[in-house]
Amino acid sequence: MTATQPESALADIPEVSVAVPDEDGHGHLAEMRTDPVALFQRVYTECGEIGRFRIADKEVVMVTGGEVNEQFFKAPDATLDQAAAYPFMTPIFGKGVVFDASPEERQQALKTQALRGDQMRGHASTIEAEINRMVADWGDEGEIDLLDFFAELTIYNTAACLVGRPFREEIDGRFAEAYHGLERGTDALAYVDPYMEGVESFEIRDRSREQLVALVQEIIDKRKARGKVAREDRDLLDVLISVDFDADIITGMFISMLFAGHHTSSGTSAWTLIELMRHPEVMAEVTTELDDLYADGSEISFQALRSIPKLEAVIKETLRLHPPLIILMRVVQEQIELAGHAIAPGTIVASSPRVSNRLPEDFPDPESFDPGRYLDERQEDLQNRWTWIPFGAGKHRCVGNAFAMMQIKAIFSVLLRDFEFELTQPSESYRDDYSKMVIQLQRPCRARYKRRQK
Amino acid sequence: MSAGAGGYRVTADLDVCQGHQLCQGEAPAVFGFDEDADVVVVLDEHPPASEKDAVKQAVKYCPAMALDLEEE
Repeated sequence: MTATQPESALADIPEVSVAVPDEDGHGHLAEMRTDPVALFQRVYTECGEIGRFRIADKEVVMVTGGEVNEQFFKAPDATLDQAAAYPFMTPIFGKGVVFDASPEERQQALKTQALRGDQMRGHASTIEAEINRMVADWGDEGEIDLLDFFAELTIYNTAACLVGRPFREEIDGRFAEAYHGLERGTDALAYVDPYMEGVESFEIRDRSREQLVALVQEIIDKRKARGKVAREDRDLLDVLISVDFDADIITGMFISMLFAGHHTSSGTSAWTLIELMRHPEVMAEVTTELDDLYADGSEISFQALRSIPKLEAVIKETLRLHPPLIILMRVVQEQIELAGHAIAPGTIVASSPRVSNRLPEDFPDPESFDPGRYLDERQEDLQNRWTWIPFGAGKHRCVGNAFAMMQIKAIFSVLLRDFEFELTQPSESYRDDYSKMVIQLQRPCRARYKRRQK
Repeated sequence: MSAGAGGYRVTADLDVCQGHQLCQGEAPAVFGFDEDADVVVVLDEHPPASEKDAVKQAVKYCPAMALDLEEE
């Protein structure tokens, strides 16, 4: 062995301490299911740029910092497998659902079809119509549950934009609720066994999936009874029915199409509103920015695709502090080198947006909400492209990020034009529930609205 | 090189580019597209000052964060 070769033993990578003992011998799984943020933060504090923990029989090597994050995000596709790292997703998509395309090909297809630049204008006007519908019966004042409101709104937005408007018209609150049940089933216990008996979150997950299949079956039956319609009234569902896919497979496909864009946009929208309510002076600036922008009567579908600097900075700062995914994981397929250590196949490698986004050397005063970070002279997102990672980074950076930004800009263009919002509970009581891999707001999470007097 | 005061250089990280092609909309004289490789082509690494604002927008809004503008 020469001095330039990386060390190959996992034992050479420091292992983080145990804060929450796992009574079943699953290593750090118990902490992962209760306080994963503390776990990931401690990996960095105790071990530095590379450290490890264990979930069940999987060793997880977590890296942090610009240099090693770049190695992680730039690793070639052949060496890292994304799907295998997320076993909790298999029962959600459905065991029988087999796609004849790799994740890379599906991502490419999404990008060149539903998320194509020239489709964005249509999506923006669809989203504007959806948000208008959601607030149509709000009256002059009232209260909303932020989790319910944004989860339902973003289900309609993603269903209308990614599947089609006819399908959107055939779903209602029941679809949103069942979808939410699926997301609640992303329990890290799946690293032991995603089909483990007697686990409540898995039972809810499986029941919710059956409900979704039943709802899709009803829609399919109606469309079959109705017969053919004009080309412009058809959507993806008609195509899938015409090639004889059954309701179970179609539901699995829709679930997987909607998954990446749903809880992420829902949570980010809710946190954007919470941060605006926590910072009334920022809320006032953004409201003025939007009032000025729309003063000439221009369309939201036009402006949401253009630059809205203050609102964008607020959304970016919200994403930095509250990234919807707190850990990004891959399974090593071929030996890979990270921070001078050779990592063997079968190991999970990971990087945490939650930890990277708050590195004090890259983001001064990291805990403070400061949209000024994104102004031209600072641009802390572009300056730190391997540690400002709410969308991930590299070749697999979230392909939906432009869609997501447009969606949230459209949502707030409507909400802040017509309403004022304020917190109904102590500011620090708004927090995330980290007990599942899909993070959701913890209840209560309410807000009060009042129609603006103009 | 003629990189005098106020000059700037445009670069693209082809390992990162996802082929969204938004940069072509912002600054068509600076960014082209390689259809076969599905990635951006920087047509002019040292564009005139008149293109600078458009290039800045392209860098800021690139969905893959693949572009960079360096002052020279």
